Amino acid sequence: MAVTAIVILRIKNLFTVVMLGGIYSLLSAQMFVNLDAVDVAFTEAAVGAGISTVLMLGTLALTSREEKSEKKSSRTFWLPLVVVFSTGIALIYGTLDMPDYGDPNAPVHHHVAPRYLLDSEGEVGMPNVVTSVLASYRGFDTLGETTVVFTALVGVLILLATRRRRKDNDAPTLADLEEQEDDA
Amino acid sequence: MQYNEIINPGLYNYWIVIFLMMIGFYIVIARGNLVKKLVGLNIFQTSVFVLYISMGKVVGGTAPIFGEGFEVFSNPLPHVLILTAIVVGVATTALGLSLVVRIREAYGTIEEEDIHAQEEDF
Repeated sequence: MAVTAIVILRIKNLFTVVMLGGIYSLLSAQMFVNLDAVDVAFTEAAVGAGISTVLMLGTLALTSREEKSEKKSSRTFWLPLVVVFSTGIALIYGTLDMPDYGDPNAPVHHHVAPRYLLDSEGEVGMPNVVTSVLASYRGFDTLGETTVVFTALVGVLILLATRRRRKDNDAPTLADLEEQEDDA
Repeated sequence: MQYNEIINPGLYNYWIVIFLMMIGFYIVIARGNLVKKLVGLNIFQTSVFVLYISMGKVVGGTAPIFGEGFEVFSNPLPHVLILTAIVVGVATTALGLSLVVRIREAYGTIEEEDIHAQEEDF
């Protein structure tokens, strides 16, 4: 995954960048399977690797395929690097207090998770705990998610619809065509 | 702090996540192409997903689906949160991409520098 990410950083051809983005997504889906999150894995594979790659390719079809190689001044090179490194070091400092990987005594596993695991089969009747939490215990979360998706869809439609209308205005109208015929 | 406390193998998963996250962050702030910025944002996003899911992992656990012979399960809560986050992430990516398409129509380019140059000309 790290190699893919670095190649994405270096490469200029946007088509390759987008395809590598899809590969990166697919690799992360495999990682989720290893971490026992099968539901997340197939959502990531379908939505992350599938739909977003298609959307990106659609955008590339409407725009350009090559990234312009820009002249690097020393400021545009060093400033982001310093910011990124200091953020990374701050985050690593923050992880020193985190519980170990896979530790069953970590605080995350002792809040609501035991209740979901112990009672959800009796209360909701689903063998898959993720489904029952998603649809029942945290149903409002899912409702909020649907609202976000709906709003985003409306936004996309508004942005792309104004574009089409403007194109129609540029197209010759019927009156223009009749004038041309008269001239001929 | 003692040496073996700092070099703790139990924390490697967080460090991998931070490495990926910082690559994504660097792409977002250092590259001028708008589509590439969005790909960088996706890398950042996916690394956050990996962070959450790896926190939910329990050693020796299986996926949280009941079945005979399985006693230890990984924490289902992060899985649910990330399922929501993936879908929301794609929705916001779609919105960002449509903005890119509009910017391309208004300015004829998707490079940040060219857009700034055109703005200064006005």
